[in-house]
Amino acid sequence: MRYIGKEMSRVDGVAKVTGKARYASEYKVNNPAYGYIVQSEIAKGTIKSIDVSKAEKLPGVLKILTHRNSLKVEEQSRQFRALQNDKIVFCGQPIALVIADTFEQARYAANLVSVEYDREQSATDFDNLGRTQTRSSPARGKPAEEFEAAPVKIEAEYSIPIEHHNPMEPHAATAFWEGDKLTIFDKSQGVYGVRGHLARSFGIAAENVNVISLFVGGAFGASLNVNYYPFITALAAKEVGRPVKVNYTRRQMFTGHGYRPYTAQKVSIGAGSDGKLRSIIHEAATNTSSYEDFTEGTTRFGRTLYQCPNYDSPYYLLKSDLPTPTWMRAPGAVSGAFAIESAIDELAYKLDIDPVELRLINYAEKDPDSGKPFSSKELKTCFTRGAKKFGWERRKMEPRSMRDGNWLVGWGTATGTWGAFQAPAGVNIRLNNDGTVLVGSGTTDIGPGTYTVITIIAAEVLGIAPEKITFKLGDTDLPRAPSQGGSLTTASVGSAVYGAAGEVRKKLLSFVDKKDGSPLFGAKFEETELADGNLRLKNDPSKGIRIVDVLKEAQMAYVEVDYQSSPSPERQNYTTMAHGAQFVEVKVEERLGIVKVTKVVEATACGRIINPLTSHSQEMGGVVWGIGMALHEATEIDHRYGKMMTTNLADYHVPVNADVHFIETEFVEEKDEIVNELGIKGMGELCLVGIPAAIANAVFHATGKRVRDLPITPDKLL
Amino acid sequence: MRPFKFNSASNVRDAVNAVSKNDSAKFIAGGTNLVDLMKEDVERPTELVDVSRIDLRQIRSEGDSIIIGAMAKNTETANHPLVKMNLPLLSQAIFAGASPQIRNMATNGGNLMQRTRCVYFYDTSMPCNKREKGSGCAAKEGLNRMHAIFGWSDECVAVHPSDMCVALAALDAVVRVEGPDGKEGKAREIGFADFHRLPADDPTRDNTLKHGELITAISIPKNRFARNSYYLKVRDRASYAFALVSVAAAAELDGKKINAVRIALGGVAHKPWRASKAESFLKGNEAVAENFEKAAALELEGAKPLGHNEYKVELAKRAIVRALQKAVR
Repeated sequence: MRYIGKEMSRVDGVAKVTGKARYASEYKVNNPAYGYIVQSEIAKGTIKSIDVSKAEKLPGVLKILTHRNSLKVEEQSRQFRALQNDKIVFCGQPIALVIADTFEQARYAANLVSVEYDREQSATDFDNLGRTQTRSSPARGKPAEEFEAAPVKIEAEYSIPIEHHNPMEPHAATAFWEGDKLTIFDKSQGVYGVRGHLARSFGIAAENVNVISLFVGGAFGASLNVNYYPFITALAAKEVGRPVKVNYTRRQMFTGHGYRPYTAQKVSIGAGSDGKLRSIIHEAATNTSSYEDFTEGTTRFGRTLYQCPNYDSPYYLLKSDLPTPTWMRAPGAVSGAFAIESAIDELAYKLDIDPVELRLINYAEKDPDSGKPFSSKELKTCFTRGAKKFGWERRKMEPRSMRDGNWLVGWGTATGTWGAFQAPAGVNIRLNNDGTVLVGSGTTDIGPGTYTVITIIAAEVLGIAPEKITFKLGDTDLPRAPSQGGSLTTASVGSAVYGAAGEVRKKLLSFVDKKDGSPLFGAKFEETELADGNLRLKNDPSKGIRIVDVLKEAQMAYVEVDYQSSPSPERQNYTTMAHGAQFVEVKVEERLGIVKVTKVVEATACGRIINPLTSHSQEMGGVVWGIGMALHEATEIDHRYGKMMTTNLADYHVPVNADVHFIETEFVEEKDEIVNELGIKGMGELCLVGIPAAIANAVFHATGKRVRDLPITPDKLL
Repeated sequence: MRPFKFNSASNVRDAVNAVSKNDSAKFIAGGTNLVDLMKEDVERPTELVDVSRIDLRQIRSEGDSIIIGAMAKNTETANHPLVKMNLPLLSQAIFAGASPQIRNMATNGGNLMQRTRCVYFYDTSMPCNKREKGSGCAAKEGLNRMHAIFGWSDECVAVHPSDMCVALAALDAVVRVEGPDGKEGKAREIGFADFHRLPADDPTRDNTLKHGELITAISIPKNRFARNSYYLKVRDRASYAFALVSVAAAAELDGKKINAVRIALGGVAHKPWRASKAESFLKGNEAVAENFEKAAALELEGAKPLGHNEYKVELAKRAIVRALQKAVR
């Protein structure tokens, strides 16, 4: 490999740090107007009256959209749509959009919109919400009986509050119409999803909607589903006949795009005194809205973690008068792992078996759920290498047995797992006779480095230096590709690029394989490769032609290929997952309960690493995210009003630099020929999955106190 | 944001006159809190008088006091050699607050004037007696993990958010203000204990300033605490978070004996809370953990926690002990 596996700085790095990269609200459009969202102050009820007369008279105000004058959309989906009727289904629901010449005029006018409600009692207190069971995988074995019969038992309940993504860039869109053609710059993880949504909304052909999302300042799932603002932005632009920009404020983001649901879990583990797991019952309940069922598969990944013959994972929903939750980094997996991996740690202490050893005793060599083999699984190596790097063998099992002055020291571990997914993806490659290449695919890059890794893959499979390659994404004018979510982009788009490069080679070869005197005369496709700018024979690299010469001699300005890749059918015979072992050191102020995560070693097995540099960044990001989830993050609700109250970055805490110390990452490479031709799995979610549990386990080791309700704030350790 | 007039004053007299003339005018200096509150529609001044250009930035020694100008930035104050050397407690407290960016903008006068971060105060759809007299206090029975355990009233349970002010309370600072009634260049002096107030029946008033009065300087009596002082802040993350509990502790020792001691708490009341019971117990006693614990317990006897902040009572005790241990070490 010439480029794959070598460190490469981000190809879009300079544009980002110099401000040249444009985000959704930054596009220069002619004479834009600005929309400001007015939100409901109650959580449930009906709008009795809405008076916009004062606001309308203000200078600069162009139009005020409410449910009375907005476009109504007939939709099958139960997804929330703004300004459709007088019903209030959550606090902070958009009830009007003020459009004005400037943002401040619109915001001021929004303050003057007065609303009267018929208020109904809302229900958001999770402890008092009715549970409905939802679909979950059938139990394996006889979990209840085997749990009862087991000599060693753990039963524990865990909770995780609502959390919000809080990406740096607030959600925004800039929309304008040319006749019945709509162009919208949106902060999106999937431009095709937004296109379909808007085409249905306005009853126009999908081809008439161009959605562009070239740069995204973080999203983490918050832009995976289509949010309500692209529709009202486009509607506003239509109504005022000029481009309109709508930008969420930080507060509006808390009700504008969903969140990680509140999660209550109960884990019951039955084991033998030898540490062998006999039964696990992992029960989860997450909240959803009153109008839509959202499940995130909290109990899904736990099922494949351990060789445990009896397993059940019932899942319940709690209907609440809040907006619908959504996907948030490692959805389900990280919440589930917090419970399962904490409970395994609890079991380790009960059995007095080292937590790493207990995990290895119950190591699943095959998928215990389906019985299928794993396409690859280097988790054991992750544990051995991670433990070595961390110095785990020096750990004393007993809690409160290590200290540093006033600080108790604790070491904890946990497993992370996430699926190695792949989805169909389209790509277009155009190779010019000057040696430059244009690669295009309608996926997005929300920050992991997709621009860069796809450039690297294209360079590798086309045998052309990365500097000559331009990769374009985030535009519905490009071939359809999956949204960036679920850690599948590199595997999906990368495979498409791999396939497309084969087609390019086929075309190039067709120009020279029948020519007398050509060094590739009679060469078969399988015998050739693209490397070092040449089309050449694999086993005799001296027999080749420069790619640019192939094109010039054929009097072609370029060759172009459209390629559609799909996951291979062979994957069906395997379980495809990525794994990681996480080791954490915390220091806890003995008397004050302050927790510092002083060291993290993350060993990860997720197939082939394309770019160690951006991969390392991804892993660090996952660790930092896990620190936030374990120690800081919570969206608090005043249940009397059904309102989220900690809706800004001063009250909703995420880790700051001072909270982040030593983080070391190690990749255990897997040569996986099943997942896809390039052996790519994802990592963006995986790197987070075990961290909150590992931190909680380390806190227990330090203090002897098991905190089962996140976040672990100082008051819980007094 | 509501439209407002903006004027810049070049001297104290002009600034005071401008604000005095208009009941809904306000001074603005660093704007780190006021501008936020205006965006949230909590503060609705019709006129802002910019005082940041007035020459009140000096930090100097004056007789028995160190004077820090009202317009000096928090960062330059915390870094100033006079402050670092003589008043390390103040320097530490300032650095414990906010973020570097905010400290670079925020002025000393403004720090005293910042308003509570109670989430209900910030939300105009919620009852809040501080924002709107007579509307009620949503925090008293609501989310009050961050709220007061001392000195609150049925009208308001909010806490003062400043770290700097906790150190100033401990150090017996004096606030110099000039107002419409006074003579030019002649400041009224307000002892720090009397500057901020408890909510009682009017939480709209955070302090005892009259409308139009401008803080010109803060005077801190020179002391012998420099060797033995410590600012301890317990918070939910390592930086850029308000205190769950903070402690400014300073002592003057004669061997093991405590000759003089000052303790003030942050995050526990509507104003920086001077722990005078703990102080009088410790004075003349030995600087040992046992005494620190007794003093802390004595001080916290009067605490009245709310629904979600019971933990603050224990945390405050432990924090007092730890801060004193660090101070006398």
